[in-house]
Amino acid sequence: MKILVCISNVPDTTSKINFTEGDTKFDTNGVQFVINPNDEFGLTRAMWFKEKQGATVHVATVGGAQTEPTIRKALAIGADEAIRVNAEPKDGFFVAKQLAEVVKNGGYDLVIAGRESIDYNGGMVPGMLATLLEMNFVNTCIGLEIEGTQATALREIDGGKEKLSTSLPLVIGGQKGLVEESDLRIPNMRGIMMARQKALNVVEPVDAPQLTKDGKFDKPAPKGAVKLVSPDNVGELVDLLHNEAKVI
Amino acid sequence: MSVLVYAESLKGKLKKNAFEVASYAYKVAQDLGTTVTAVTFNAQDDATLGTYGVSKILKVANDKLDTFNAKAYADALAQAAKAEGAKVIVLSSSSDTKFLAPILATKMDAGYVPNVVAAPDSTSPFVVKRTAFSNKGFAHTEISSDVKVIGVSNNAYGVVENNVSAAVEDFNPSLTDGDFAVKSVEVDRVSGKVTIADADIVVSGGRGLKGPENWGMIEELAQVLGAATACSKPVSDLGWRPHGEHVGQTGKPVASNLYIAIGISGAIQHLAGVSSSKVKVVINNDPEAPFFKAADYGIVGDAFEVVPKLIEKLKEFKAQNA
Repeated sequence: MKILVCISNVPDTTSKINFTEGDTKFDTNGVQFVINPNDEFGLTRAMWFKEKQGATVHVATVGGAQTEPTIRKALAIGADEAIRVNAEPKDGFFVAKQLAEVVKNGGYDLVIAGRESIDYNGGMVPGMLATLLEMNFVNTCIGLEIEGTQATALREIDGGKEKLSTSLPLVIGGQKGLVEESDLRIPNMRGIMMARQKALNVVEPVDAPQLTKDGKFDKPAPKGAVKLVSPDNVGELVDLLHNEAKVI
Repeated sequence: MSVLVYAESLKGKLKKNAFEVASYAYKVAQDLGTTVTAVTFNAQDDATLGTYGVSKILKVANDKLDTFNAKAYADALAQAAKAEGAKVIVLSSSSDTKFLAPILATKMDAGYVPNVVAAPDSTSPFVVKRTAFSNKGFAHTEISSDVKVIGVSNNAYGVVENNVSAAVEDFNPSLTDGDFAVKSVEVDRVSGKVTIADADIVVSGGRGLKGPENWGMIEELAQVLGAATACSKPVSDLGWRPHGEHVGQTGKPVASNLYIAIGISGAIQHLAGVSSSKVKVVINNDPEAPFFKAADYGIVGDAFEVVPKLIEKLKEFKAQNA
């Protein structure tokens, strides 16, 4: 089985978010970039398929040369080979088009992407990719087993979960649950050394239209001070929620 | 040329978000000088959509679509959009809808913008405001494609009544075997409980509660308020509560009217995930907990003393206001 894990290079979850150039660009100054958490759960599940079922695992990203440390980390975790499409991601559809080309050329049976990236939160790349490639698709995937060409997937739904049965070739929009937080791997020195020898192929983008464009960004309005209620007078909170906030 | 809406239902009954997306679509239709058409799947109560501005209902009745199927539903919606010549398609932010939206958008060569929190800034060019960076910011995004797909965030626009008379028409999309290549085997949905996605009020517990055995009072508080229960990331990582309850940046987003955080200090990732909630209450014994800076109301105190008192006071309140 040949697996492609799609990696998005995103600001670390603790990052403070600021905008620059007249609030039209994300300010990357002082921001640490990491593998998108939803992608990392997928990458770790792919490692399991590699170790238990002999799968080959490639990783791909769409981004400039500045994303290479993040891809190298994926190689250090254990991916066999990496592909970087040398283009700034313009929107979800543009990225899906680029990845579709990578999948076509690589002949992958299973594509694992994160449910969404934690920066632009589009949540559209896996579904668009599957549709462009006419592959089966499961989103918000929290469990995945493959036997031959048959796949059983668990999907998180509002208020529960759903078990699905399908077949390869398959695209997954993954998240926590594919593996547990405690299964995530920190690259060790040997992995980091080996990653330096692994192929990181840079390919040029294909033409794709940009359908959406972020103009201006803004930040949530600053919050007023918290209104404190004494623990000895909890009834006051009920009053405030009813009469002032009008939420109960 | 109408604005098309996917009106979600569960077990034959329309969901609250169906009325919210209909309300939003009515506003867009007004701006564009057109009307709203909704597509329903095996819903019994579709006519109520007229109350929220829907003039025409394309009613799909098909046993094969009793259980949600992203590809088949997307196929049906694409056929409806083409039949109507719809240029704008309005969807919700439920997990089912986020599953089908990118499939539908790709079929329609449409730009898709999810997490939209307000009526369009303008319709020419078509610009919508959406959350980005996991609620730490907003983007004003232009959609330049001919057909546009919008996902409206829960509780962001609200349900607005605009009475029109709704004509109901049967609609029979032609579906292929390929639409059902991903099959539902089993749906395991907690019954009798409000889900985080649908809840007006969410009660959430953190590590300050010391262990899963202490969740009884969280459940009770939620029950008194008709609220959903949720938890912080460490609590779900420790296995005290199911993953589905984890809210925050890498868990579920919360956009309720009231969010009550108990024993949650308020890590930046957690605050991002819940920041769309309108009113936030924090109960924590540490006055330095970062959550107090993000909350509207707070009680500095021991949750094990405060929460039972709060339950008691709320019961009195509910009895008086029943």
